[in-house]
Amino acid sequence: MSSPVKLHHRTPWQEFWYRFRKNKLAVAGMGVILLYVSIALCADIFYSWDFIVGNQIPNAFAPVGVRARVDVGGKQVEHLYILGADNFGRDVLGRMIHGARVSMIIGFVTIAFAVLVGGTLGAIAGFYGGVLETVIMRGADILLAIPNMLFALAIVAAMGPSFQNLLLAIGITSIPIYVRLVRASVLTVKDQEFVEAARALGARDGRIILRHVLPNCMAPVIVQATLGIAQSILSATFLSFLGLGIQPPAPEWGNMLSEARPYIISAPHTLIFPGLAIMTVILAYNLIGDGLRDALDPKLRR
Amino acid sequence: MLRYLFHRILQLVPVILGVTLIVFTLTYIAPGDPARLLLPQDASDEEVAQLKHAMGLDRSFFIQYYHFLFGYDGPGDSFDYKGLFALDLGRSYVSNRPVFGTILERFPNTVLLSTVALLLSILVSIPFGIISATKQYSKTDMVVTVLALVGISMPAFWLGMLLIWIFSVQLKLFPSLAVPSNPLSIVLPAITLAAMSTAVQTRMTRSSMLEVMRQDYIRTARAKGLDEKVVIRKHALRNALIPVVTVVGIQVGQLLVGAVLTETVFSYPGIGTIMVDAINRKDTPQILASVVFMALIFAVVNLIIDILYAFIDPRIKAQYLQAGKRKKRGLFHVISRKTTP
Amino acid sequence: MGKPQLSIQDLRVEYHTDEEVVHAVNGISLDLEEGESLGLVGETGAGKTTTALSILGLLPKPNGKITGGSIFFEGKELSKMGEEEMRKIRGNRISMIFQDPMTSLNPIFTVGEQIAEALEVHFSLSKEQAEGRAAELLELVGIKRNRMKEYPHQFSGGMKQRVVIAMALACNPKLLLADEPTTALDVTIQAQVLRMIRDLKRRMQTTLILISHDLGVVAQICSTVAIMYAGKIMEYGKLEDVFRNPLHPYTEGLFASIPRLDRSQRRLSSIPGLIPDPSNLPSGCVFHPRCPYRMDSCSQVVPRATEWKGRKVQCLKYQELS
Repeated sequence: MSSPVKLHHRTPWQEFWYRFRKNKLAVAGMGVILLYVSIALCADIFYSWDFIVGNQIPNAFAPVGVRARVDVGGKQVEHLYILGADNFGRDVLGRMIHGARVSMIIGFVTIAFAVLVGGTLGAIAGFYGGVLETVIMRGADILLAIPNMLFALAIVAAMGPSFQNLLLAIGITSIPIYVRLVRASVLTVKDQEFVEAARALGARDGRIILRHVLPNCMAPVIVQATLGIAQSILSATFLSFLGLGIQPPAPEWGNMLSEARPYIISAPHTLIFPGLAIMTVILAYNLIGDGLRDALDPKLRR
Repeated sequence: MLRYLFHRILQLVPVILGVTLIVFTLTYIAPGDPARLLLPQDASDEEVAQLKHAMGLDRSFFIQYYHFLFGYDGPGDSFDYKGLFALDLGRSYVSNRPVFGTILERFPNTVLLSTVALLLSILVSIPFGIISATKQYSKTDMVVTVLALVGISMPAFWLGMLLIWIFSVQLKLFPSLAVPSNPLSIVLPAITLAAMSTAVQTRMTRSSMLEVMRQDYIRTARAKGLDEKVVIRKHALRNALIPVVTVVGIQVGQLLVGAVLTETVFSYPGIGTIMVDAINRKDTPQILASVVFMALIFAVVNLIIDILYAFIDPRIKAQYLQAGKRKKRGLFHVISRKTTP
Repeated sequence: MGKPQLSIQDLRVEYHTDEEVVHAVNGISLDLEEGESLGLVGETGAGKTTTALSILGLLPKPNGKITGGSIFFEGKELSKMGEEEMRKIRGNRISMIFQDPMTSLNPIFTVGEQIAEALEVHFSLSKEQAEGRAAELLELVGIKRNRMKEYPHQFSGGMKQRVVIAMALACNPKLLLADEPTTALDVTIQAQVLRMIRDLKRRMQTTLILISHDLGVVAQICSTVAIMYAGKIMEYGKLEDVFRNPLHPYTEGLFASIPRLDRSQRRLSSIPGLIPDPSNLPSGCVFHPRCPYRMDSCSQVVPRATEWKGRKVQCLKYQELS
């Protein structure tokens, strides 16, 4: 006896996860991000803040893998510069790890903010329509008409360089695309029958939006958010590179590159490693975003 | 047709107003007092207030915005300017030259760099995208896919510095300082700038080709006995390139802005370096003028590209004419295509 | 009678994917005389389209493979032919029309250009000559020739299918493979298109293989019929014979499931069970799990094609009787 055509008993979530898992690159990307996040969380365990921020001038430009004496709280200790030292003798790897923490925070916070604010505005616009929709969407259009990086740069240049202003600037420039995405999703869903059914049962608007409409908008938002985190981190590093973001001696991959700039010839390692960190993180997020997009695509491509 | 053009240009007006308003608001709410900064440290409050009045900085928000657009004629002449629409926003705090003068001087350089990068990106991305798609799963495809992934992930300013290190410092092939008069010096900045666009376009070409090759009419073409090369070139390619043209159009604006952002790495004399220098020296009028200028250029360039599309593809024009009747969607359609990855 | 124009002998085709091997066609044999019209009937997934694609060498590239048997056309072995030679045959001596007219035409070329293309490629006609001939072909399928410069999206489904037919017949092929040509069309348009296929076929003396899951469609045009199931031919013979007196249990089931207008029916009868998973076919006779007459031997022995009353049947019932 043969079996009839195989029926895969999978919920949509399981199906999604199955398809995502098949994409090895996306899974690798996920692994990389988890690695970075865990290292970033334990940054202080690996290298103390005071150590990576303080100068060790005698060890300036120590190449990769060199042991040297460092001054820690008055005492002289042997230290292995795993990835070398920068122009102030500070440990490059240590600064990179703390920089990872900064970047991860910036990525998550800005996008979470943008999704919450943008998504809410988009949902309101799509659900209620009318003047409210026009105003919100026109506003979003105008914000989208300004190139992202330029806009963030203008905000930070105007408000002064600081961590908070960086978060604010990048967060604000990221809002409009979620307004658009969520509104579009809401529009496709709101006329479907199950919304009418919920209303007929007496559910309040807020409940309808939250429980019925929004879950159906999740997929494109998740994909965009993943790619958005990558974009956020890129913007943050660039702004810091220009001196408009995190200020030295606080480490951030972008400002590490800017400090390395005059010394490319003598100390290339100060240039290569922070840049590699930026690239791998962005690559990882892009791979995850691609993988999510393919896995959530309703058109099954076998 | 003219009506369509007029309609589209009309849609630009709220964008211009919105952008200028936003940029102006930023300067308005910015902390710091330009009047105080211009005077010596020991200036009295009265002196500061006097200067503020002369500069027009004590008026209300909307009046100052009006000045911003249409000009300011204050007591004396030293702080007068004719406003944004006359391309005059005063003088730089640092060089005392008219801010727009400097901008208009340097703008062609930025355009040059962007154009070279655009051509480079098109020349590379389309052939490789096609090859990658027609030889799916081959080694070439793997390499192209990986390189494209790296290209969209690589921070441009880092790439620029890496290229300088490898090709200027180690191999001594190209100069590290770029000037428009020296074509060789533009190679590295152009490559740096083109990297992201090339990667995006390659991916788009590849996925579009793959999508088209799966279509039924390709199977029909093969069933007619056409040579595979003809099937690809004549039937698949032309269909596949339609969305690619859209993406390339988006890149035009992105490259202009991208040029501004990567010029600093090569000290290339374009608007980017002006802007960054101005930021470092807190030269507010210069920063303001540069940002507004670039934002408006970006909006205008995108509008021009959109209008060109209508000539290429009559279906799009018909779509807009219909959409225009429901006015609120007009701009939406303009920019919605900008954000497709 | 002479040698058959098309001869398929014990054809086997497999699709290889990452996860499994799909046995799409499992040993079918057909012989067609010139001018004959064969109906290839079966449910979705029975292997009909795969058979047609195999004839033209159009199986999807990495996955589909002919793993056994051979296909002969006018004496030449198609299954072993090189790509260059196959291309000369496609669209020229053997043509194929596909199921969905909405997507079979390239949206950026005019219908005239698409019809003329086959002529330009195979007969090296100049553009003007080809266009002239294309206009004639359009009229042949009932479309005014002044519509030559229009684009596919300007035509309705039925008219698109006519364009597809004109394209297929452009080079006057000897054999036409029609894969469910009317399935995607309205019933009324269906009748028109079928009639047209029949007339053209008669006029041009084309051999026809008509693939369909609809027995009624097949009855209108074909003289012979082959019933396919799970990649095998269950019954194969003259249309009247098979229709009037179906031998194979599957054929019986198919006919029984057609609702009748002349009798009152409470329930539609259907064949119990589901078609088998082509990557995991039943042992013995592929139909045995669903067969109301199954014997013990049916799950162990694979029946051979038995001659019975001028037909070929693959069923142990007849095999043992002969």
